[in-house]
Amino acid sequence: MLARMNKTTDSRMKSRRSTGVAMLLLLAASLLLSSCQRSAPLPFQLTNISGHMPALDFKLTDDQGKPVSGADYRGKVVLLYFGYTHCPDVCPLTLEQLHVVMQRLGPLADGARILFVSVDPARDTPAVLHAYVNAFDPRAVGLTGDPRVIEALVKRYRSAFTREPASSDGNYEVSHSSAIYVFDRNGNARVLSTPTDSRDDLVHDLHLLLSTGTSS
Amino acid sequence: MKLPALSALFAGLLLAAGAHATSAEHVVASHAWIRVLPADLPAGAYVTLENSSDQPAALSGATSNAYAEVMLHQSSNEGGVSRMAMLHSLEIPAHGKAVLAPASYHLMLMKAATPVKPGDIVKLNLKFADGSALATDFVARPASAIDDTH
Repeated sequence: MLARMNKTTDSRMKSRRSTGVAMLLLLAASLLLSSCQRSAPLPFQLTNISGHMPALDFKLTDDQGKPVSGADYRGKVVLLYFGYTHCPDVCPLTLEQLHVVMQRLGPLADGARILFVSVDPARDTPAVLHAYVNAFDPRAVGLTGDPRVIEALVKRYRSAFTREPASSDGNYEVSHSSAIYVFDRNGNARVLSTPTDSRDDLVHDLHLLLSTGTSS
Repeated sequence: MKLPALSALFAGLLLAAGAHATSAEHVVASHAWIRVLPADLPAGAYVTLENSSDQPAALSGATSNAYAEVMLHQSSNEGGVSRMAMLHSLEIPAHGKAVLAPASYHLMLMKAATPVKPGDIVKLNLKFADGSALATDFVARPASAIDDTH
């Protein structure tokens, strides 16, 4: 008797459970459908910053001397890096590694842009920036502008930079963020790459972003 | 009391070592290269220094006819911030080595006498704390050169 009752409850629970599973499947299917139209949750390897960092938005001058805004790079996957040209060690190393990453992406890399934003606008004219970024990769763009605009942009990505005291000859260093911020084709912040992260992970995540979504 | 005693000991050691051989005679330089940047932007120079002596050696800097200024630097990355600091000396341990490589220790070369091009060989005089110097040939490489030290 007791066993029978248990069986009935069990089968009832089973049917309830299967209804639940069906509903979940339906929900998952509708989510998948809607996410195909919007941005799908991509299996990133790097730190996922989707929804945690603001979209790409700025008004600066590019290395051709042309005024540009964040909107001008919609349709491209953007790698944003803050640096300066009088930085002989870490900035060139970062740009060299990004160049290797771009080479590994093959033709897909044409859908990406490296934006090198100067944190030293006093010395980094568009001409200096142009020579500097092009020594590394043809898909790199140097950006400079009003110091206050650059400061606001750096702050927008929860970072900072400090101009260190000048030496006797007037030369000075600038301490700056070492991270690379990656944005999708719609200008949304997606992943963050730091110097300790592997370049393989960056290639992997860029591959995901470049092979999905609308192309330019 | 401690400090004068230590410096006396150090001076004694220096004398003892100096009587026979200088740091430059015990240090071998390899993987010497310069990352050349466009215009007259400061460039980074890298080298591996191996010390065959029983005594530690210390690199204190370098001079060169090719650059008006050479500075010994250390790059660091703490809390997501890249920094560069000047160093007075870098120890090369006894029977050990010191590696100057990207994102770490490097020599910053400034104000090139004439433009340095990839492929050029640039002589740097590596200076040690005991006053000795080691003339070393550095290969100038393009900006996008891949570091092969590691």
